[in-house]
Amino acid sequence: MSMNSPLVAEQSTVSVIMLKVLGALVPAIAVYVYFFGPAILVSITLASVAALATEAAVLYLRRYPLRVYLLDGSALVTAWLLALSVPPMAPWWMVVVGTVFAILVAKHLYGGLGNNLFNPAMVGFAALMISFPAHMTQWPAPEMLAQTHWSFTQQMDFVFGGMLPADSKLDAVTMATPLDALKTQLHLDREMTDIQSGKIFSTLSGKGTEIIALLYLLGGLFLWQQRIISWHIPLSFLAAMFGTAGLFYLFDSSQYASPLFHIFAGGTMLGAFFIATDYVTSPTTLLGKLIFGAGIGVCAYIIRVFGGYPDGVAFAVLFLNSAVPLIDAYTQPRVFGHARKWFKGSKE
Amino acid sequence: MSDVNYKEIIWNGLWKNNAGIVTLLGLCPLLAVSTTVVNGVGLGLATVLVMAFSNGIVSLARNWIPREIRIPVYILIIAVLVTIIDLSMNAFVQPLYLVLGIFVPLIVVNCNVLGRAEAFASKNPVFPSIVDGFMVGMGLTLILAVLGGMREILGKGTLLSGINLAFGESAKAWVITVIPDYHGFLLAVLPPGAFIGLGLLIAGKNWLDQRKAARAEPLQTSQAATAAA
Repeated sequence: MSMNSPLVAEQSTVSVIMLKVLGALVPAIAVYVYFFGPAILVSITLASVAALATEAAVLYLRRYPLRVYLLDGSALVTAWLLALSVPPMAPWWMVVVGTVFAILVAKHLYGGLGNNLFNPAMVGFAALMISFPAHMTQWPAPEMLAQTHWSFTQQMDFVFGGMLPADSKLDAVTMATPLDALKTQLHLDREMTDIQSGKIFSTLSGKGTEIIALLYLLGGLFLWQQRIISWHIPLSFLAAMFGTAGLFYLFDSSQYASPLFHIFAGGTMLGAFFIATDYVTSPTTLLGKLIFGAGIGVCAYIIRVFGGYPDGVAFAVLFLNSAVPLIDAYTQPRVFGHARKWFKGSKE
Repeated sequence: MSDVNYKEIIWNGLWKNNAGIVTLLGLCPLLAVSTTVVNGVGLGLATVLVMAFSNGIVSLARNWIPREIRIPVYILIIAVLVTIIDLSMNAFVQPLYLVLGIFVPLIVVNCNVLGRAEAFASKNPVFPSIVDGFMVGMGLTLILAVLGGMREILGKGTLLSGINLAFGESAKAWVITVIPDYHGFLLAVLPPGAFIGLGLLIAGKNWLDQRKAARAEPLQTSQAATAAA
């Protein structure tokens, strides 16, 4: 793209960008399937169908051309991101409700792609998290740790009919996520090293989840290399979270997990590269992007460690989304030949 | 003052200047208690009573209230009425009173009550003032009922749940289960649901008004055309 001359056609249409974003998610999804079983593919499919159907219905109601907007892929990205943030064995209607809410309320009620203030996938996630907290914390155990294994049909029976296999309980296939386990165990006054010797924990964060996080990171780097996202938001996000976690870790390493654990646990990597970088809901100025990313990093850490919910990335993103107009207004670059607005008075 | 247009007062209170979705006054109780139809209507009717009486009394006393201290005087009148309602509700429908909690005493500071006293009752005779207070209150109750219904159906899958709070245990049979075996969309019952629901109601009202205007327009232009011809 750096070779562009006026005669070379611009390649980065919305659909090309969205396709690359989806492509960057594929390796992580493949590993997800390897560690947690194929149920995630079903919820991604469900979310995609629900997203496209809702999008088509709203576009029809708003008398927009269906083809152009439906094929731009933005609804699919929302659907995939939402499906990846919801436990794969959640009942089917939950994924559908979340996706419909994301597309209908968070995207189209605000005016459609380009006008939405909040990241649609995260609004869908927050709606589900608030409405169905019990279902939203039923994360499957990684294959190597699960007590029993459900076959794919058994999983689907549960997702679509709520039916448990005859001799099995839901507890046998689910497990607290590393973040969740850490929080509950700390409440029981256990020591950090003792907790982290638990079988779900691994070198970086959790067994299985750390590899998925690494692949999100890899996908993010691919998007950066393709110049679809700039480095500002992900780097400031990760640096701020690393820094905040580092401070607490230095202060008391028996109560606070290591910064490395925090940036590889939960939704941090997915959030930093795929969610916070959404063009529509992030600031346009470079300084603004740095502030935005750092704000999410700090808030996500605070919500995650001191809040009631197991992870804070989604809420932090939504919170900083609401600050974007303000950030943009305060970080306008100086127009060449004009004094910087801020210092106008003080310089004279 | 025989030229009072009651039709307009009623239309303004219920629809055109509806307190809940047009003037957007008194949003705090509106958003907080509209979790079910019964809660919404309960608080709405309490507000209706306060508004009708406060408008009436303010209108009666309007010629003796000095302009400079009129607001404290209005608030005093309203506070007396709210205290009466508050104690009566505590005596006769205590379960409902316990659910509504602080929002009954807070009717004192509901801007609708003071707003109608200042804007209408202080300038108009007694009977129209009572009608105005009653109708503005009914407009608010209408929105409380609709919003409460929306949130209750989505959040709990029922209608009229908690009716036994107002009419005793035998009224439990009146509860309508709209969606049986429902998981409950908690978001609708929580504060975000109130904001989203109110937004949808405002949008719905604007849409109805625009559609009405759009339908009236071609008629007017054709009339204008015939008039010009």
